Amino acid sequence: MDFSLNEEQLAIRNTCREFAEQEIKPRAEEMDRTGEFPYDLIRKMGELGLLGLPFPEEYGGAGADFLSYCIAIEEIARGDAAVAITMEAHTSLGAMPFYLFGTKEQKERYLPPLASGQQLWAFGMTEPEAGSDAGNPRTRAVLRDGHWHINGSKAFITNAGTDISGGVTITAVTGTRPDGRSEITNLIVPRGTPGYIIGNPYRKMGWRASDTRPLTFEDCQVPEENVLGQRGEGFKQFMQILDGGRVAIAALSVGLAQACLDEALSYAKQRRQFGQPISKFQAIQMKLADMAMEIELARLMYYKAAWLQMQGKPYSAEASMAKLFASETAKRAADQAVQIHGGYGFMDEYPVSRYWRNVKVNEIGEGTSEVQRLIIAKHLGC
Amino acid sequence: MKIFVCVKQIPDPNTVESKLDPATKRLVRTGVSLVLDPGDETTIAAAIKLRDSLGNSELTAISMGPASAQEALRRALAMGVDRAILISDSALAGSDVLGTARTLAAALKRENPDLIFCSTESTDGYTGMVPGAIAEFLGLPQLTFAREINVEGTKAVIKRVTQTGYEVVESPLPAVVTIASGSFEAIYPTMKGIMSARKKPFSQLSLSDLGLDPSQVGEAGAREQVLSIGKAEARAAGQIIKDEGNAAEIIADFLQRHQLL
Ligand SMILES: Cc1cc2nc3c(=O)[nH]c(=O)nc-3n(C[C@H](O)[C@H](O)[C@H](O)COP(=O)(O)OP(=O)(O)OC[C@H]3O[C@@H](n4cnc5c(N)ncnc54)[C@H](O)[C@@H]3O)c2cc1C
Repeated sequence: MDFSLNEEQLAIRNTCREFAEQEIKPRAEEMDRTGEFPYDLIRKMGELGLLGLPFPEEYGGAGADFLSYCIAIEEIARGDAAVAITMEAHTSLGAMPFYLFGTKEQKERYLPPLASGQQLWAFGMTEPEAGSDAGNPRTRAVLRDGHWHINGSKAFITNAGTDISGGVTITAVTGTRPDGRSEITNLIVPRGTPGYIIGNPYRKMGWRASDTRPLTFEDCQVPEENVLGQRGEGFKQFMQILDGGRVAIAALSVGLAQACLDEALSYAKQRRQFGQPISKFQAIQMKLADMAMEIELARLMYYKAAWLQMQGKPYSAEASMAKLFASETAKRAADQAVQIHGGYGFMDEYPVSRYWRNVKVNEIGEGTSEVQRLIIAKHLGC
Repeated sequence: MKIFVCVKQIPDPNTVESKLDPATKRLVRTGVSLVLDPGDETTIAAAIKLRDSLGNSELTAISMGPASAQEALRRALAMGVDRAILISDSALAGSDVLGTARTLAAALKRENPDLIFCSTESTDGYTGMVPGAIAEFLGLPQLTFAREINVEGTKAVIKRVTQTGYEVVESPLPAVVTIASGSFEAIYPTMKGIMSARKKPFSQLSLSDLGLDPSQVGEAGAREQVLSIGKAEARAAGQIIKDEGNAAEIIADFLQRHQLL
């Protein structure tokens, strides 16, 4: 067993760390306050190759491995979670489906502008009536005269409404399977298709500079060939997409947790009460030690899940464990970081108050903690 | 064009508190984290910019150092440099300015460079003498403190930073150019650059490859000797002037006394 990162993984980690420290972190407070989408940062990240990390060079990607991509997400999240989720949703949910399931033509057509960051892409699964129960969408698509006619709506979709969004891939019911269950197909809907209506952005507790919107489809028509891969494969495809996404969300959580520890540690060393730095109090030390331990464990777990993915081994249960443990670790870390800051932690000037708001959604997006526990239990044979 | 950039691996100035070894009177380089000199990173950025604007040019990074210096060169490759040369030899340990420049010049000479970029000075030793010595060994003109550089026909033309602005200086090629610190924006390695760094040409040379005699370099050939080292004087507390109507005058006097006005 070898726990060391290779030369490329280390270089990617260090470069992303520098970029987050120098370009992202100084902007995080402002981005959170204004909620404005950071187009210039995203452009720079595209130029560096951060928006196409795990895709081969033939499609314009950097050709890095899956672990490198996750490590990059961790480091970017250490700078700001909203920027990290933009990168993660674009890569794991937007572009990855084309790479994993697209036909050769679809890969050649859609991937290069996504891998270079010229365009962002969204994945629309969640609906007002179908969240955790994503296998039961209400959105329907009927094939008529060589076109899919789509009707329905989606909720909480990331990256669909920016100026550089190219479109969205959605889950839709396209018929009934022989066993009586819905046949789900993933359909590619480019932005600007008549009947594809992008709603106003939500006002959010955290991740404010990321783009999240409701989408509506009113007799929206796309050509028959806009099926991602094969008709009827939708459910299988998005389960696989989510497995990868969960490892990346685990990495994002670890980055945020690490940012909490960084802030809490430096504050504890500098804040004095009763004539000494509060880091000299054992009660504060215990908190910091617990944070450091849990972060290390969460990191190891996402490394392992990513490693399994790279070996081509099953990793669904491990992906859920990594996501569940890392997101809960990050929540505890954010909570303790605010606690260590005392009243200052409740003030907007201190990053930890933003971390505390940003962290909650990690336990919800790409499958809630309850759903992760259900998946793990299912793997146990329950 | 064949463009070269001389780079160095140094103790990370951002995380390491520089320590001097009282016995050798040298900077401690073991057990500390080592990085590509951040000053060299902007010099590389300048060289990349020129290479890209010229087209049909190759940029090579060259370094003299221990085996670990290949990490600094890999970073240069990830930033976009095309090729790297590391000169490494146990006989090189303890080289002074002269030994370093002699070695680099010997390696550069074999390559017939058109243009050699150097930083004005390194961020650890700060002597600022290596570039001039390289130019001397190679018999080439040296352009210093460039904040902008262009090639016009067979000439290199730079804007040379002065105390009040800049002067335009030109020289025939080949030439050695030093880049003024802070003149070029730092660049990050790209992800594609990182992934391809290991596939780019990387050669390692020893003293015998360069035809140099061990007595000319390293400890043996050093003409420079550090006699003593001492702590820099702590900065004295500033002087606070209370404005009793004549503060401006006092400040003007002070500045004049220090020849700043
Ligand atoms: C900021 C943000 C960005 C998002 N981006 C995207 C995106 O890009 N694409 C996309 O498709 N979706 C996206 N989502 C949606 C996200 O995946 C869903 O919110 C999530 O899956 C939960 O669905 P829901 O909100 O409908 O909650 P519900 O499913 O209604 O869940 C409510 C509560 O019930 C619990 N629950 C539900 N079912 C069970 C059960 N069987 N057993 C036990 N407990 C259960 C849940 O765990 C939760 O606590 C985003 C969400 C947010 C907040």
